[in-house]
Order: sequence, then C-alpha cells, then structure tokens
Amino acid sequence: MTQTTQIAVLGAGPGGYAAAFYAADLGMQVTLIDEEKNPGGVCLYRGCIPSKALLHVAKVIDEASHASKWGVAFAQPAIDVNQLRAYKQGVVDKLTAGVGSVAKLRKVNFVQGRATVTGPKSLTVKTASGEEQIQFQHLILATGSSPTKIPSLALDSPRMMDSTSALDLPDVPKSLLVVGGGYIGLELGTVYATLGSKVSVVEMTGGLLPGADRDLVQPLEKRLKTLFAAIMVNTKVVKVAEEKAGIRVTFEGDVAEKEQVFDRVLVSIGRRPNSKVPGLESTRVKVDAKGFIETDPQRRTAEPSIFAIGDVAGEPMLAHKASHEARVAVEAIAGHKAVFEPQAIPAVVFTDPEIAWCGLTEAQAREQNVDVEVAKFPWGALSRAITVDRPEGLTKLVLEKSTGRVLGVGISGSGAGELIAEGVLAIEMGASAEDLKMVIHPHPTLSESVMEAAEVFFGQSTHVYKPKKK
Amino acid sequence: MTEFKVPELGENVASGDVAKVLVSVGDTVKMEQPVIELETDKATIEVPSSVSGVVKEIKVKKGDKVQVGAVIFTVDDAAANGASGNGAGTAAGKAAAAAPPAEAKPDPKAEAKPEPKAEAKPETKPEAKPEAKPEAKVVSMPQRQPAEAPPPAAAPAPAPAPSNLMPAAASPAVRRLAREIGVDINAVAGSGPAGRISQEDVKEHARRILSSVGSAGAPAAGGMVARASRAMPDFAKWGEVQREPWSNIRRVTSEHLSYSWNTVPHVTQFDKADVTSLEELRKKYKDQVAKAGGNLTVTAMLVKVLATALQKFPQFNASIDADRGELVYKKYVNVGVAVDTDRGLLVPVIKDASQKNITQIAVELQQLAEKARDRKLTLEEMSGGSMSLSNLGGIGGTYFTPIVNWPEVAILGVSRGGAEPVWKDGQFIPRQMLPLSLSYDHRLIDGADAIRFLRWVVEAIEQPFLLSLIG
Repeated sequence: MTQTTQIAVLGAGPGGYAAAFYAADLGMQVTLIDEEKNPGGVCLYRGCIPSKALLHVAKVIDEASHASKWGVAFAQPAIDVNQLRAYKQGVVDKLTAGVGSVAKLRKVNFVQGRATVTGPKSLTVKTASGEEQIQFQHLILATGSSPTKIPSLALDSPRMMDSTSALDLPDVPKSLLVVGGGYIGLELGTVYATLGSKVSVVEMTGGLLPGADRDLVQPLEKRLKTLFAAIMVNTKVVKVAEEKAGIRVTFEGDVAEKEQVFDRVLVSIGRRPNSKVPGLESTRVKVDAKGFIETDPQRRTAEPSIFAIGDVAGEPMLAHKASHEARVAVEAIAGHKAVFEPQAIPAVVFTDPEIAWCGLTEAQAREQNVDVEVAKFPWGALSRAITVDRPEGLTKLVLEKSTGRVLGVGISGSGAGELIAEGVLAIEMGASAEDLKMVIHPHPTLSESVMEAAEVFFGQSTHVYKPKKK
Repeated sequence: MTEFKVPELGENVASGDVAKVLVSVGDTVKMEQPVIELETDKATIEVPSSVSGVVKEIKVKKGDKVQVGAVIFTVDDAAANGASGNGAGTAAGKAAAAAPPAEAKPDPKAEAKPEPKAEAKPETKPEAKPEAKPEAKVVSMPQRQPAEAPPPAAAPAPAPAPSNLMPAAASPAVRRLAREIGVDINAVAGSGPAGRISQEDVKEHARRILSSVGSAGAPAAGGMVARASRAMPDFAKWGEVQREPWSNIRRVTSEHLSYSWNTVPHVTQFDKADVTSLEELRKKYKDQVAKAGGNLTVTAMLVKVLATALQKFPQFNASIDADRGELVYKKYVNVGVAVDTDRGLLVPVIKDASQKNITQIAVELQQLAEKARDRKLTLEEMSGGSMSLSNLGGIGGTYFTPIVNWPEVAILGVSRGGAEPVWKDGQFIPRQMLPLSLSYDHRLIDGADAIRFLRWVVEAIEQPFLLSLIG
C-alpha cells in the first residue's frame, strides 16, 4: 500500500512528535513513524519521565528519613518494588497515551513500525500488518540516541544494565556499580541508593558531571558522599567478569581496591546518535565522525528534502533542544526564515540537590577569555532554603564585566531545575544584572537568589554583607 | 611632526575623492591656505590647511578616496607654529568616532573603557562617550557603531562591542525580525542597557543600510527598495558610442531627484505673470544695484517675491517627517536657486531671504552663482533651503514641470517671458508675460492652496508695491 504525505517524521520522541504536531497545526499532512505503540520516544518511555517518577519517590524517602531531625520520626520504609514499578509505568502510560490521543486529535497519521528510507522522497515501514510505502515531500529524521556500548564493558549478563534496563527496576540490588559519573548515572545511582542499594560510582575524569562548574557540583558531591558507598574518580573500568556472587570489576586508577564484586553494574557512559537509519545511504544525507547527521542552521541535511533534529542531529542531547529544533525545521519547510540559534540551552541534573545551568559556564568563560564577573549568592542566606533545611545551594550569574549582561547562569540546590528557566529567559532577552536586580521576586522563594546574586554584582545584596572594598 | 587630517566636511559627508593636491613636499603652507581639492558626493571642496609649516610628506594623491580624519600630509614641527590642527583635528576626531573609517577602525573597547562597574550604573556616564548622533553619513557600515539619537538621559552610552564570542544581545523575537528582513544581527548597534538590541534598532540599521546603499551609488533612492536594474542593450551594434564615467555630482543629483520623484506626489500648476512694470523697474534700478556689486535680474526679484510668499503661506515653508508622522514648519526663509554649471545642476541657497532687500539678494546671488561655476560652493551654502527657484527663461521654453527639491515641498519654475497681446480695456495691448510653473507636494499642499500661492506670486510680480504693502 502506498501513501503520500507532505511530511514524514521518523521517530516520535519529543523532537519528532513536536515536529509532527506543529506541522499539523500549520495545516500540513503529516505521517509520524515510531516503533512504539504511542509517541513519546526515549524521553517518555525510558528516559526523562520514568527517571523523574523514581527520583520523586527517592526524594520522599530521603525527606522522611531526615524528618527525625525536625522531631518527626518515621519507621524504616517498606519498599514494594512491584508497586513502585507499576507507579512509574503508570506515569509513562498516562503520558504516552496522552500524546497519542493528541496526535489523533490533530489528525497526524501515526504508523507503528520500523522504517527504511528508500530515496530522497520515499520510505517503507514494516508494520505488524505488512509493509507500507510512504511518499513524502519532506522527511524529518528524529531518530534519537541510544546508550553507548563499549567492548570492555560488553558482557552478556542480566546483572549488566544500561539506563533502559535500570529504569525497568528489576530489583533493588545489594550493591550497584555505576560506570560513568554523568547525569544519567548519578540520577539512577541516587534512585537505587535511596531504595537501599550500596552504590559506587566510577568516573574516568577527575570529577563528577564533567562540563559543569565545580562550585555547582560541590554541594551534590558532598551529599552523594554520604548517600553512596564510594565515588571513584580518575578511575577506569578495564574488565568485567561474571561470577557466582556477582560481577567482578577490575579498576585502574586512583582506587585502592582494584577488584571489587557488585550485584549489578549500570553502564551509563553516554549516548550515541541513532544515525544508522536503514536505507539512508540511498540519499545524500551526511553523517559526521561522531555519528551525528550533518545539518545546516535550519536543520536541513545535505539532501534538501530531508531534515534532522534532536539527538541524532548533534549535542546537547536534550529533549527540549529537540522540540525547539522541531519548530525550526517545520518553519523552514513552511518557507520561513527560521534558524536554530539559541543563546542558551538549559541543562538540568535531577539529583538531590539538583544542578542546572545555561549559557556560558564560568569555566568556558575562562577558556574563551571572556571578560566576565561572577556574582554568587549562597543559599545559606536564603530564607526559603533555610525553611526547608536545604541551605547548601548556590546561585551564580556569569556576567559580562563591562556591561553586566547575563551570559550564563548556574544554580545548585533543591529546585534548581525550576529556577533555571529565569536564567534562560534573561540570557535570551539580553538582560543585564541590573534588570534582574530590579525585578521584584516573590518572598520567600528560592527565586530570590537570582535577584540577590544580581545585587551582589553591584556590591550590595540585602542578605549578604560585604565590607566595602577600599 | 604635525599631521593635517581631512577635517569635517559638512553634514552627511564622510569621504571624498582627491581631485587635486595643491601643495608639494617642501612647500611652506600657511593656515587657511587651500591644500587639496576634494570631490565629495555633493560638491568639490577646497580644503584649507589648519596647520602651517613645511610640508614633509604627502600621504594622498589624486584619485584617492579619503575619509574624514585621514592624514593628508605632515609638516615639520620646527616650522609649524603650534597651531597644529586644533579646529580640524577635533572636528575630524569627532567625525571619526561617529563613523570610523574602515582602514583605521578604532577599537571601541580601547577607546572608552571606564570602570566596568561604573558603566553598568545608569547615573555614571563614561567620559569619552561617542557622539550620540553620527555627524557623517556612513557609507561603509562599520560594525557596531553607536546607535543614533537615544536621548542621553534615557540610555547609557552604547556598550562597547562585545568580543566576537558574544552573541548579539537581542531577544529571540528581535533576532527573527532581523533574519526576516535580511539584517545581520551581529552588525546592529544596541541602544538599550548593556547594548541590548531592540526591534527599533534593527529597523534603524536596515534604514541606514538602504540609505548608504543609495549614497554609495547603487540605483536606489534612500529609504526605497532598490529596483533591479535592467540589462543594457549593446548600443555599439547601432553605431559608435563613447562611454564616460558618471560624475559624483551627476550621480548624486540623479539619486536625489529619483528619491524626490518617488517620494513626492507631484502636481504642477501653471500661470502667467505680467512683468511689464517689473521690467521697467528692473531697468530703472539696474545701475544702482550694479554699483552695489549685484546684477538686478528677474531671478533676484523673484527670490524676494518667493521669500515674501513663503511667509504668507507657511505650508510651503514646511517638510513632511513621515517617519515621525509630523510636519516641520520652518521659521526661517531660505530660497534655493538652481544654477546650471558645466558639471551639472547646483542649488545654492540664499539664507534669510525674507530679511534681505532685493539689492542684497542680487549681490549674494551673483556671488553664489560665480562660486558655483568656479566649484567653490561649500556644502553649507547648498543646504537648508525652504523652497527652490529654477529659472530657465534665459534659455527658452514655455512651461515645464520642475521636480520638488525634497525635503522641500514646492519649487517654482520660470520659463522665457515675451510680449503677448493681452485683452485690456476693450483692446489687445502688448504686455511682457512670464510663464510660471509651480510644482508642489500634494501630500501637504492641495490644488487650491497652490493656486492661491501662485496667484499671490503673480500679483506680487505685477504690482511690486504689494511686497512692501502686505509682504
């Protein structure tokens, strides 16, 4: 059976479904193709969403355990893994079904199956009921990414997990090694540690969350040192082998015990773009050395009828970047002069405390010799943080020294992920510290820290006393 | 060693072509001595020296394009008597700050870098603030020049250009606007705090590009979208042709007229004036005026008539500021007079013509016409007109439709007068009749106003006493 469509979208994650919906809203005829029953992609099925459901539970457990400090003591929690898994699954099902029904309402033709590109204007989809030929005017590739696999960690064992299987929550292992100190490893490590696992993290580089400013990571690191059994930096896993008792892991680097045995091992060392789309070689689409599909600022590939967005089209591999690119690509197809040129893409690590940043980091400013001044407001002086007994946070602004223009914002602390949006807005609007300082922020909230950090830039903040420079 | 630089040349002039170098190495130059001739877009200007001394090195040659502020020559210090280019130097420096010449672009950071904190505070103004209003029209758009005209109290000085790594400080909506109208957002000067770029900044930038394209000689009138030029046929296939460069003056005239023609909805109104008695008066007082050094011509007398009429009809002494949605009424009365020269049409302006008597006007007109033919007119002498007068009567013609000299709103064309039979008191009598053509901007002036104006002019010509009686 052959169908024709104006736009075919391959991959129904936050990039793909956003593209399909926007195109449909602009009056285009759209076919959205994915292997899952509903749109959602990694983000909804096995990424952002299930991990946040589990992290929410972890946070409740953690807060309950801290409540004894405040005069409220709970008994040790009894954890029913099956019910927890069901709760998480319920969240995923609800959201994916919701997106699916919105697709129907928009009259997006959703095809479940595996696609093969057959040319610059055509593809086939293998569905449960047979094969469909689809002729399109434009194709948007939104095929996403998958967890990176490396040979030294390849071991066919149910004890070996990647982020997908870890989110399936098979059990709460006695001991878990997280390979990779990036955000995925730390988020999932936090979940398992809170549920009762003895979690160790091994990171090849000198610190957790490479890329984030150290002062933002520091409060998290401090807390994780009590939550986790071990944090091994400058350490590499050179060998994994299955034994009766678990996985024997051989380390190399700054660690005393070079061989340790873990019940389970979670490999979270990054993600790779899914650019090996079957049949893509029948088009002029180009893939770069890192496996990303090459695109122009409108997200058009070397094949003029084909666009690529999201993880498959380049870093950072974040859902909100993909959804934004989706709008750019659809507008480009609609003939508008849209380009992808964000001034800031926020990154959020949903650990506890959270870490969020956007724009220029302090470290980048140094590397690039940008003349900046960094204004910091410690949450120890923030009333809202004190009321919830979480004073370890930090809000900092990276400001152009001569003008006070906001170039970067970094926040570390409980709720940082929600707060960072103001920083993104400030950067995109070209706001200055003076603007932030003069905007009334509600009291008592964590958001006041943004205003007060801006005050610090001017040398006078209500809640931080600094003797005058002579 | 003292340098002599190209001084400020006048409103809207940033550069010129060296037409002639009037000094050589080893010459002793005095203050005010003409040292080079510059052909600018509007006129050829003799540039007087603001230094004195022995010329040591000449840095320009005929044909060079020089910007305001460029060094022309150096004089030996020993011989220079201290008057090293104060007037010209500062003027040039000011213009250079407003429109940095491409080859010597000042580093805006190095130029005015006050204490960083101080700059971010609105109450502290950087000392060396670039001129808020660029004095010279920018031909090649420098990156991040100061935005025009933000009131100094409302906005701090435009921020120095951020390093190349820094994206332009513009919101997503402003970026989109720039993209859609084809403006490079990184080239736009932000007028907001911390150099923030507004939608208005983007539009202003686009307007400037369009008008600079116009003055750079492309077939675009300022502010108008350039029309695609059509391919020229090969004329040589029909016979011999000769090609000559289009002179700056001709080109600027052409752009100016095209702009006027495209902007002003023209109407031309014709009438005839009986100049018999005016001619008698002219002959009678000719010698008296000649003694004062002037030539009592019909043109000179018409300047006085127009000057008086402009006072009676203020909407003829006005301009339309379409961008601001305002009408500009002028309290001064300056009358431009078109002068035909071998290099093209020039329009020197008799300033405050309403306050001068006809003798004074005749003398001044004579001087201006001579200057025009000798290429000595300054730009100052060619700007600021209220209305223009074009008298082709010396050559011939009956009527014509002159083009309004925008931003003026009216122009009076005069053709050749002659004896005509006029029906008067039951018989034809010969009278000297002068054909007049009044073109006007119909946006501001309606036909009834125009004919009232023209009738007033005709009556003032026919009964010159009216000038004193009701003028």
